[in-house]
Amino acid sequence: MTSLVKQIGWIALAVIGAFALGTVALARGETINALWIVVAAVAVYLVAYRYYALYLANTVVGVNLLRVTPALRHNDGLDYVPTNKYVLFGHHFAAIAGAGPLVGPVLAAQMGYLPGMLWIIFGVVLAGAVQDFMVLFVSTRRDGRSLGELVREELGYVPGVIALFGAFLIMIIILAVLALIVVKALADSPWGTSTVAATIPIAIGMGLWMRYVRPGRIGGVSVVGFILLMLAIIVGGQVAESPTWGPVFTLNGVQLTWLLIGYGFVASVLPVWLLLAPRDYLSTFLKIGAIVALAIGIFVMAPDLKMPALTRFVDGTGPVWSGSLFPFLFITIACGAVSGFHSLISSGTTPKLLDNEKNMRFIGYGGMLMESFVAIMALVAASIIEPGVYFAMNSPAAVIGTTAESAAATVSQWGFVVTPELLTQTARDVGESTIISRAGGAPTLAVGMAQIFAAIAGGPGMMAFWYHFAILFEALFILTAVDAGTRAGRFMLQDLLGTFVPALKNTGSWTANVLATALCVGAWGYFLYQGVVDPLGGINTFWPLFGISNQMLAAVALMLCTVVLFKMKRERYAWAAILPTAWLLLCTLTAGWQKLFHADPKVGFLTHAAGLREAVARGEVMAPAKSLEEMQQVIVNDYVNAGLTVLFMFVVISMLFFSIRACLQALRHDQPTAQETPFEQLPGSSVSTGPVGRGM
Amino acid sequence: MHEQLKAFVRGLRQTAYLMVGVPDYDGYLDHMRRAHPDRKPMSRAEFFRERQAARYGGGNGRCR
Repeated sequence: MTSLVKQIGWIALAVIGAFALGTVALARGETINALWIVVAAVAVYLVAYRYYALYLANTVVGVNLLRVTPALRHNDGLDYVPTNKYVLFGHHFAAIAGAGPLVGPVLAAQMGYLPGMLWIIFGVVLAGAVQDFMVLFVSTRRDGRSLGELVREELGYVPGVIALFGAFLIMIIILAVLALIVVKALADSPWGTSTVAATIPIAIGMGLWMRYVRPGRIGGVSVVGFILLMLAIIVGGQVAESPTWGPVFTLNGVQLTWLLIGYGFVASVLPVWLLLAPRDYLSTFLKIGAIVALAIGIFVMAPDLKMPALTRFVDGTGPVWSGSLFPFLFITIACGAVSGFHSLISSGTTPKLLDNEKNMRFIGYGGMLMESFVAIMALVAASIIEPGVYFAMNSPAAVIGTTAESAAATVSQWGFVVTPELLTQTARDVGESTIISRAGGAPTLAVGMAQIFAAIAGGPGMMAFWYHFAILFEALFILTAVDAGTRAGRFMLQDLLGTFVPALKNTGSWTANVLATALCVGAWGYFLYQGVVDPLGGINTFWPLFGISNQMLAAVALMLCTVVLFKMKRERYAWAAILPTAWLLLCTLTAGWQKLFHADPKVGFLTHAAGLREAVARGEVMAPAKSLEEMQQVIVNDYVNAGLTVLFMFVVISMLFFSIRACLQALRHDQPTAQETPFEQLPGSSVSTGPVGRGM
Repeated sequence: MHEQLKAFVRGLRQTAYLMVGVPDYDGYLDHMRRAHPDRKPMSRAEFFRERQAARYGGGNGRCR
């Protein structure tokens, strides 16, 4: 009876959630308040956490409260530390949250807010959070080993190498896409560029201070760093207007690309304490602060959504990215619904810090729900902007032209009425010369965030400050990711190449390091450059490729979890992992196939290349090329992108094959065959062998 | 009440440090005292440098 009483609150919550979802989904022709989306999301999250996550923990994987975790077994006060669950939640969330959940939903808003919202909410509950939780479980049961090692142990050596190779390719694409977002946000924006440039000396100053003056004290120096950043934003406004300095920081996309490539090279061979670490501290704190501020802002402002629930672009003709709702919506929003990259965190530092298996649900499942909430906020920020402004900002110049008049005319023709005056006024409000074709998501999000922040602090006069604050916040953690990613990619590459040329493995060798770094920077730099000169904006091509690769990594991680469940003789519960795996395979393989062979040259790489080749045969020059030689280059790019897509598909299909084989093998045994670290009982616990704990 | 507030602030501090990959130094000292009383623990500066180098040493993934 008491349990029934307890359930009533949850039932009420479920009803509220259903009502909010219904309100959002069924509203037609009237504006909806953004809080409906927020309420629907939070209610679904809580109910899923209370019921489904508990079911996953207790029944599907069977967590054991009496089992010693790696943090206890290997406690060294450094890598392995039993950590308070709230402290660990903060660590885990800071590690998984990045640009992904912010950018994807903004791009997905071209189809209206409804499809993106539904995928974010239900994707996270049934796929994303399941993956993060299960990988955390699998890794914790195996001394906190990494995804690559886990695949090798549970599936075999060859699949392990394939998975590592796939992870390296994904890294390259992610770095290129992230750098592209920064280039798109900073091109011809002296204010943004000078502010972001200022972060380098600020970070170096902090680094020197933490190294030599007060080592180990992060707090004070981070506060000073933050204040300097805010000053840099204010000074950036003056720099942009200065007749001497303004032009110095007004750079076009190609110039920024070369700067970023050079920067990526230099930054990743510098000692970490000098630039990478201090900027990482700044960007982490700024990221968490901005996310909290955005949540407060949305609640206080309670803005109305201006974007329709569904736009005409659900048919796949949208200007922001090409491709129809299925499968491309599900790869455009990766992080926030399900993200393969989290499997690297869930099998990285987090399992080494977990004090008890009972907290896996809170950290793994709960952490991902939080990230999903960030994605919901990004979707809200993009949807409160005037739709005409949204499309003018996110459509390529090749489609809408470069003037406010041409952009307004084209976008209005699509049914999103907007005046040229509104476009120039918005640009002036945020302190930019133009907002047209600022694709990549970051500037759009920055406009949305600026509207929210200005509504609660400072009013319209502060729009420009908040816009550049948002740009800085995104650029800062993207640059940190580019730096750290290049470093990590370099290690991966040295490891991979070392199998052929052992000398390259030596990370103490200056030549080997420089060579591997140059190869790594060159690889993402190639894709970045290609994206920047693409008249369709690059995001069009690369965001889907990033989404496909990220979702494929998620599928690989979930396949690993499925295999482990089979090996644990828990195959009757394996559907919890198989269901999201099947969906991800369906989406990514369909998307991959369409990226290769779709008849629309905007979607299919090979169709695009074929069109160009015909033009070459006729002696015609087609954009983006300006000469026949450039035409050849674009064709080569198309083939490179197609080849990459094929590689991704090969990785995921071969992993599917190896997983099925491993599952069948496990079925033939009548004993569990999972290679867990042997059970060790928590000291001080009274029960002899572990019945699975309830009451979490 | 005062004690609770102090514990809360300490938790926030630990969270902020761990977010950037630096675990609790006092916790490390505690551990060394209990588990390895014979060994000299690292100083705060050494501890910080060791953690910084470890964080960016190899591959780490996040939702970039």
